[in-house]
Amino acid sequence: MTRKLMIILTVSLMAFAWATQVSAQTPLPSDDEVNAVARQLFCPVCENTPLDVCPTQACAQWRELIRTKLSEGWNQDQIKQYFAAQYGARVLSEPPRQGLNWLVYIIPPVLMLIGVYILFRAFQSMRKPVLADVEIDESKIPDSDEYLSRIEDELKKRN
Amino acid sequence: MFVDFGYGVLVISFLLAIYAIGSAIYGFKSKSQKWVESSRLAMQLTFPMISLSALSLIYLLVTDQYHVAFVYEVTSRSMPMYLKITSLWGGQSGSLVFWGWLMSAFATAVTLRKWDRDQEFLPWVVVVSSVTLAFFLGLVIFYENPFVKYWQTFSGEVISAMFQPAGSVPFSPPDGRGLNPLLRHPGMVIHPPMLYLGFVSFVIPFAFAIAALVTGRTDDRWIRITRRWTIVAWLFLSIGLVLGGRWAYDVLGWGGYWGWDPVEIAAFMPWLSGTAFLHSVMIQEKRGMLKYWNMILIITTYALVIFGTFHTRSGVLSSVHAFAQSAIGPSFFIFIGLTFVTSVALLIYRWADLKSEAQMTSLLSREALFLLNNLLFMSILVVCFWGVIFPLISELLTGQKVTVGPPFYERATGPLFAALLLLMGIAPLSAWGHSTLKTLGNAMWKPLVAAVLAMLVVVFVFSIYEPYALVGFFVVFTSAFITMYEFWRAARARGKAQKENLLVALWRLAGRNRRRYGGYLIHLSIVLMALGIIGIEMFQSETQGTIAQGQSLKIDGYSVIYKDLAVFDTNDNRNVARAVISVEKDGKYLGELNPRRDYFYESQQPMTIPGVRSTMEDDLYVILVDWQPILSTGATFKVYHNPLVNWLWLGTILMILGSVVAAWPDKDPDYAPARVRREKKAVYQPGSAD
Repeated sequence: MTRKLMIILTVSLMAFAWATQVSAQTPLPSDDEVNAVARQLFCPVCENTPLDVCPTQACAQWRELIRTKLSEGWNQDQIKQYFAAQYGARVLSEPPRQGLNWLVYIIPPVLMLIGVYILFRAFQSMRKPVLADVEIDESKIPDSDEYLSRIEDELKKRN
Repeated sequence: MFVDFGYGVLVISFLLAIYAIGSAIYGFKSKSQKWVESSRLAMQLTFPMISLSALSLIYLLVTDQYHVAFVYEVTSRSMPMYLKITSLWGGQSGSLVFWGWLMSAFATAVTLRKWDRDQEFLPWVVVVSSVTLAFFLGLVIFYENPFVKYWQTFSGEVISAMFQPAGSVPFSPPDGRGLNPLLRHPGMVIHPPMLYLGFVSFVIPFAFAIAALVTGRTDDRWIRITRRWTIVAWLFLSIGLVLGGRWAYDVLGWGGYWGWDPVEIAAFMPWLSGTAFLHSVMIQEKRGMLKYWNMILIITTYALVIFGTFHTRSGVLSSVHAFAQSAIGPSFFIFIGLTFVTSVALLIYRWADLKSEAQMTSLLSREALFLLNNLLFMSILVVCFWGVIFPLISELLTGQKVTVGPPFYERATGPLFAALLLLMGIAPLSAWGHSTLKTLGNAMWKPLVAAVLAMLVVVFVFSIYEPYALVGFFVVFTSAFITMYEFWRAARARGKAQKENLLVALWRLAGRNRRRYGGYLIHLSIVLMALGIIGIEMFQSETQGTIAQGQSLKIDGYSVIYKDLAVFDTNDNRNVARAVISVEKDGKYLGELNPRRDYFYESQQPMTIPGVRSTMEDDLYVILVDWQPILSTGATFKVYHNPLVNWLWLGTILMILGSVVAAWPDKDPDYAPARVRREKKAVYQPGSAD
């Protein structure tokens, strides 16, 4: 009986020591580590609220879930994918680059390029072929303030 | 009595607006000055009428008339008087009344001006203002009536209706639900009025633009008349946006001022197109160019103003701002569609009349650089618009809702903002008509050298090596030094010529050309704001942790030490958890902060109030995240270190000053500089009076 008790005690102590060692090797991720992931996610149920700042109890539990996943060795991408699979793409801070979502990334630069092209054409069509040394008759350029023109003249004289 | 009176005068105001539309159109068609004058008087009458209605509603709010559904929803007995008054715009129906009130005030103000030289514009300004006003009043009367009362049926059910349903008796709850806690912040008390003022004031230049298109008087007269309106609109909208940012910073507990929330963006979009318009109109005034483009910009701005209100009010897009959701979305959508299509149709009809009167002669001329500035503003607008509506498109086409969040906007707009900032510094140096690299270089080299020297200080004294931050700082310094150099150069020249000291010379110089120097002040204010934005965007750091009393969290040299926590109820139905923390930097005691969490029993909503230590160098921003309610031995704090953020708020003050200078009336309001191009005669001749 005493021997059995000793064995149980020894095994228990070893188990405790092992558990302590494991715990010491993998401490729970800090709040900052959790927030680093949560910042890239949005609350699945609130309106446009980042998960790291959402004050609801549900979001606190989701942040704890992130902590658990991190302690299990998951990386940021895996956790984000997990949340997206569970709650839909709306939890991601940007639409995933696939299918129709590509439009969100393509349309603005395309429109900007079209704008640049229109501007370029407008310059071309509006621009008179002037030589670099052609003197513009400044009196015909309607500046708003004669007084300022006088100041400019004064500055030219001094320079 | 006040309920029926308020609703009654609102209905009469709506009918007056409808009458003003019909009367103005008939007067224009029949060339009858009498009918046009009648429409103007009807328009003017809407303001006192809507004022009576709004004041009735305010009376109901401050006297706790909870038998009125709106009063019940937005106030409670425990609220202070000023909050009861400002609750007028704390709910959807009240804020629509408020929108209409401001609209009628502005429309009345514009119709009170002297119309001698611009008689042909009058009927169409009345029409556009009245159409906009009638739309909002119609929404209030038919969909979102703030005067609806509670009734109790014999079965005990409480229903809301304007008039007493059969078999019911009046019902009045003993107390109201109270204003949304998030809206009780002073910033939020002023933010909506400022934003609405900005929105409403942009209707005036739009009304004149439409008047110009309809009448065919497409010279720059409509722009000259509305220049100050536009600056005032821009100022109010800017203040509204900044106050919204300040509110978010103080109340939401996110550590920042801007979250690229759809409603924030919806208010920002008319600002973008409005700012482009403010610059672009100068090209038309000085050079007679870009007439069609100015029309496009003001039409876009008006559509975006309605779109902004639509977003806040319809709840179509998910957003923290969309407190009030209702079925008025389709009405907004139809109104935006109709006004936009009509405006564009008019623009196409007048396209031939909107040809440029001059030609672009240099790619470095001021008009060319202003055009580039317009392209950048519109590019940012495209990014914003697309980011806001894409989730809807995605949901509509695929059933999948997506979030377009800050990373998308920051990546897409960051370089565009930097380019804008640089252009803001350079463009004023170029001349109208013609500039060369040599002339620009001559004007720029000294400020550029100063900017390079400042960068050396940034790198070697402050040890900042982050590439994006360095680019940002360089752009900021360049713009700032160029603008300040412009001030100094002109003041020095005047000082020498007139034997005045620099300050007197600067003061008198600004007095001689308020628009230019007001604009420069605004540019400087943008530089200051950019400094704050770079600080918080590039250098913000944060940490979070649970600590026991006496323990501390450390961030960027600061120590935040948890001292105490008190949890208590207040007289205004709040439960407050208030922490006491002391702040030290490098071992030196700096003071105490009290971050707290308020829980509002009436609305069952929590509110996080950060404890903030503010200096021009940085903000230390502490949030109480969680705490142990019984022992008070441990609490979780989140601490943000926000460098330079206060320059953002300081810039706002300078921006207000600059706008006031730019918009200050000249002695002769009809003063117009001599123009080279020929004045076009108006197509429409004022009709003979009956």
